[in-house]
Amino acid sequence: MLRFIVRRLIITVPMVIIVVSLTWGLIRLAPGNFYTGEKRIPPAIEQNLREKYGLNKPWYVQYGKMLKNTLMLDFGTSLKYEGQSVGSILARSLPVSATLGLLAYLLALVVGVTAGTLAALKQNSRLDYASMALAMLGISLPNFVLGPLLVLIFSLSLFWLPPTRWGGFPSVNLILPVLTLSAVYMAYIARLTRSGMLEVLRADYIRTARAKGLSEREVVLRHALRGGLMPVVSYTGPALAFLIAGTVVVERIFVYPGLGTYFLNACLNRDEPLIIGIVAFISISVLIFNLLVDIAYGFIDPRIRY
Amino acid sequence: MNDEHDILDEPSPVEPALDNLGQPTKPPVRTRAGDITRPTNELAVGEGDVRTAERGEGEYIVGTSLWRDAWKRLLKNKLAVFGLVVVVIITVTCLLGPPILKAITGFDYAYIPSDSALTKSFPPFTAPDGSFSWLHPMGTDNAGRDILARVLLGGRISLMVGIISTIVSLIIGVSYGATAGYLGGKVDDVMMRIVDVLYSLPYIILVVVLLAMFGGKSPLSQLVLLFIALGAISWLTMARIVRGQVISLKNQEFVTAARATGVSTGKIIFRHLVPNTLGPVIVYATLTIPQVMLSEAFLSFLGFGVQAPLASWGSLANDGVQNIAIFPWQLIFPGVTMALALFSLNFLGDGLRDALDPQMRKV
Repeated sequence: MLRFIVRRLIITVPMVIIVVSLTWGLIRLAPGNFYTGEKRIPPAIEQNLREKYGLNKPWYVQYGKMLKNTLMLDFGTSLKYEGQSVGSILARSLPVSATLGLLAYLLALVVGVTAGTLAALKQNSRLDYASMALAMLGISLPNFVLGPLLVLIFSLSLFWLPPTRWGGFPSVNLILPVLTLSAVYMAYIARLTRSGMLEVLRADYIRTARAKGLSEREVVLRHALRGGLMPVVSYTGPALAFLIAGTVVVERIFVYPGLGTYFLNACLNRDEPLIIGIVAFISISVLIFNLLVDIAYGFIDPRIRY
Repeated sequence: MNDEHDILDEPSPVEPALDNLGQPTKPPVRTRAGDITRPTNELAVGEGDVRTAERGEGEYIVGTSLWRDAWKRLLKNKLAVFGLVVVVIITVTCLLGPPILKAITGFDYAYIPSDSALTKSFPPFTAPDGSFSWLHPMGTDNAGRDILARVLLGGRISLMVGIISTIVSLIIGVSYGATAGYLGGKVDDVMMRIVDVLYSLPYIILVVVLLAMFGGKSPLSQLVLLFIALGAISWLTMARIVRGQVISLKNQEFVTAARATGVSTGKIIFRHLVPNTLGPVIVYATLTIPQVMLSEAFLSFLGFGVQAPLASWGSLANDGVQNIAIFPWQLIFPGVTMALALFSLNFLGDGLRDALDPQMRKV
């Protein structure tokens, strides 16, 4: 187990290097640069700025410096947000995105697992069909359609909830964004739980549990769910990557100062240190998260050995 | 609770299909001649397969049965039929709609009225003087362009991106997966390890960087970039599925026979093995289309995808969301159309999976 974890952690380093190099390559190969924006600056000043950021050195020196800094987790200062280090921007925007993502995923887990389990227990009932049709709707309705529709209904017509703006952690401002972000995952998790549970409920060990006289409640909660949730656990890894894409959209709709908003702006401004910092940060967290999921897998299913 | 009876007694929908003799059907095999046959019960499997590869027509049961069976099963699934019908309707409308619309009302997707009184957003079914009119069933956008015409164009482009990117992902995924599966051993290990690694990368983020850096030159080059980028990121699951299929097929006798008669490795993979993986590949391709369309919409919504004067459902939603408070129809029509299309495609894909491949069930 420990060897497995160490090996995976070691693999993380070259993978982050690959992603960061790809990003750096894309930024550098593209025509133009940060200074070819709409507002032209005098050549002399550009020259000085280039010197300051080391942009006049040969590309391999710059690449090496970028890699070294990335591995030290020091991403330098943003070009656009002058004087602000990438680290401080990350520290400022991460809590916003993390709150959003975490709440959305928790909500999706609770609703999805409940709906999926009920649907599996009452297979082919009205409840089953209704929840699966709803789940399909959740998968098909893009979050950038759902979000504005929710705003239209709950903020602009009923005036119940504020339409946009970040309002700190426990605040009504979070309700609509979290709902918007969570819908797809709710739907996916409900479908995964249902198919996982359907499979498990036919397994011999469930028959054994029933045969030894356990109540239906105990059979489901203590025996079936553990096996039936395996697909949900393995979905958690990829879900994080999609969750990040989802937060980009939701943060844009609801004007949240999160990681996604900064990432978009950085891309539009060609703010190289900020892009690389955010990409590296996201890659590292996705990789570590995947590792955690694999470890959790081993705990839930004792048949899995590393 | 009576649930337990339901669960135990009812035949599982995913049990292997039984043929009319009540025996489980063997996996169908596509022969070199291109016919799909099932190993019949009178013959030993191996014998049957070798004959299949060597003899002409009429020696064994020629069956279109796999596809006919699948079609019958698909028709029984009401939701899948609904999906199929809606997908066909949307596709036909998007293909034929623009010229018809142009002929009837004279609007196309890029038409901006020259009269400045008309270059603003009118609600659906409303004439400039506020009375009822059939002129713009979905209203107009900020520049006075007909939203119906733009939604139809958006449909064309969204479907095109979905289909072409799926084909790109098919080409990459099938060749990659089949090669890894057939060669096996170390090659397979390395190739699948690469897929695992790619799986855990936040590639959509990289696509955003790619499009932000290289996009924006012309609407057309942007589209090509989209096809390639989206195709290049959606082949991973396809590769895994095809690899699994190929591994289960490669030890069958028709492959041995092909090898014995001196067929080259490449030909064995692409002429003998790949056609046999068609069922799952079709199923997964159908499910990839809505995923790719969603990714395209995501990118277009963020402004990195399809660019004006062209439009996709995602870019229309992006335009609409800016004016959601005043002109909600600018978002609602493209958004709902897109959701309906994705909904139907997903149902169709689900139905196809149940029909073609009862054993494969994931999300």
